[in-house]
Amino acid sequence: MKIAQKTIKFLTIALIAVFTANGFASGTDKKHDDQNDGGRVNTKSEVDAYILHHIKDSHDFSFWSYTNDAGERKHVGFSLPIIIWTSEGLVTFMSSEFHHNDDGHVIVEKKGLKFAKIHSKIFELEKGAATVSFDKDHHATNAHKVLDFSITKSVVGILLIGFLLLFWFSRLAKQYKTKQVPTGFARVLEPLVLYVRDEIARPNIGDKHYRKFTGYLLTVFFFIWVLNLVGLTPLGFNVTGQLAVTACLAIFTLVIYTVSGNKDYWMHMLWMPGVPVLIRPVLAIIELAGALIIKPFSLLVRLFANISAGHIVVMSLIAIMFTLKESLGVVGATGLSLVLSFFITLIEVLVAFLQAYIFTMLSALFIGMAVAEPEHH
Amino acid sequence: METLLNDFSPGLFVVSTILLLALIALMVKFAWKPILNSLEERESGIENALASAENARKEMQNLQADNERLVKEARAERDAMMKEARDIRDNMIAEAKEDAKEVTSALIEKAQASIQQEKQAALAEIKKNVAELSIGIAESVIKKELSNKKDQLELVEGLLKDVTLN
Amino acid sequence: MYNLIGAGLIVIGAGIGLGQIGGKAMEGIARQPEATGKIQTAMIIIAALLEGLAFGALFLGK
Repeated sequence: MKIAQKTIKFLTIALIAVFTANGFASGTDKKHDDQNDGGRVNTKSEVDAYILHHIKDSHDFSFWSYTNDAGERKHVGFSLPIIIWTSEGLVTFMSSEFHHNDDGHVIVEKKGLKFAKIHSKIFELEKGAATVSFDKDHHATNAHKVLDFSITKSVVGILLIGFLLLFWFSRLAKQYKTKQVPTGFARVLEPLVLYVRDEIARPNIGDKHYRKFTGYLLTVFFFIWVLNLVGLTPLGFNVTGQLAVTACLAIFTLVIYTVSGNKDYWMHMLWMPGVPVLIRPVLAIIELAGALIIKPFSLLVRLFANISAGHIVVMSLIAIMFTLKESLGVVGATGLSLVLSFFITLIEVLVAFLQAYIFTMLSALFIGMAVAEPEHH
Repeated sequence: METLLNDFSPGLFVVSTILLLALIALMVKFAWKPILNSLEERESGIENALASAENARKEMQNLQADNERLVKEARAERDAMMKEARDIRDNMIAEAKEDAKEVTSALIEKAQASIQQEKQAALAEIKKNVAELSIGIAESVIKKELSNKKDQLELVEGLLKDVTLN
Repeated sequence: MYNLIGAGLIVIGAGIGLGQIGGKAMEGIARQPEATGKIQTAMIIIAALLEGLAFGALFLGK
């Protein structure tokens, strides 16, 4: 057991070292006058750009970047594969070919098509265009977005946390085969599982139906919670702050409560008993909009906005270090930033749990509404 | 709204949907099902243990109640027996007293009767004796007839003296 | 500019709402400390619904 753990640790370190070396090797960027590589944070506009860049998904995994003595930008991290569906079919290449450029200046040519990366989005240039041209709102005029199935940073995060969750909980499951009470880390996980089951799933869905949905709720709860927490580490994941991911989760909940809704649920939604017949169609429209649009929309926007806002606040407070350097001095600005960002990070740890709890709780509540047994008056 | 839609990446949505579906399926199969099943098993085990403990306690209580009942019954029986014994004794004493009374009264009656009888007999004998005596006196008086009036009287008196002595 | 004013209005409204929720929940807990768990759950759910509304409005305006 100990040996296995040591091996895993060694492998992890070796992996990071290899990827870091790769980052060193490929990360040198000759165009050091390029302002938009998301690495420099000295002025207010650079801070803004950096933060906006951070909360977006990214096609490469960079830990930090710096300018070396020779004036070259160095990026430490590793590039990730880009998989896109273009007019010529599937195209794949490594993100290092963009050289960390994010404003469409570096053009990559594959299969006779030209690609540029603008604000973390891959654009395909129109036929015959050599460079991207922008209108006054900074929208590309001669390029369009492609369907981007890349292994982005968020996908890496999902995969990583997915495997971590699988590893943890399958080990907990295995422990029950030999003993009644789990030991080690699994002992920490067990009360959490019980908490979700007894405080979220059972009271909101009801004793009769909760078993079917507990698996989904548990997965979602731990997925969101762990990813929220990982987002607070310097690894810089912002998976639960990606609209696509939260939308995906919200749509799962929507599908589950729509599919499992019983007759009573649909009757109350479409043909509300006990109100005048003329009002019923109006109510049906309102109820349908509530169930199909407002509920999932509030779910997805809440999670996305809370996590994004948390990241923006933490990073803004860290940026006090640079932006107030002149008025407060290096020590003052650093100290202020440290204290503020420390406490806001503590709050964010709470928010990380709270958002996972609320998402799971509301999902359970909506499912519970859909499967509730009719009350016989 | 526009920036929101601009930020939304359909590709990431598709990828994360696939990954999450796979994750949910794998987690349900390899983690949640066995975990929830064993948790439920454990809970039902605990419940059973508690129920059986409760049952044992109840049985214990029943036993105790039984014991108490038995003791009470035994005591009541003893009391009853003692009471019976006392009653019997009292009865016996009373009976004995009655019997004794009867016997004594019978004895007394008998004694009285025999006394009466004796008295009667004595009286009869006395009567007989008096009669004989009177006859004897009368004989003697008649024998010494007319010899002397004075002697006659002396004789009667002497005879009477004898009679009273009898 | 108008976006920012709208955002400010949303935050004022949401703040009043959250204050009401929190304050009433505190009163409830003070009155019945044994119902703390239930009140907290209900409070969080309602606050989450309000938050969803406020965020929805914020992002519609963005």
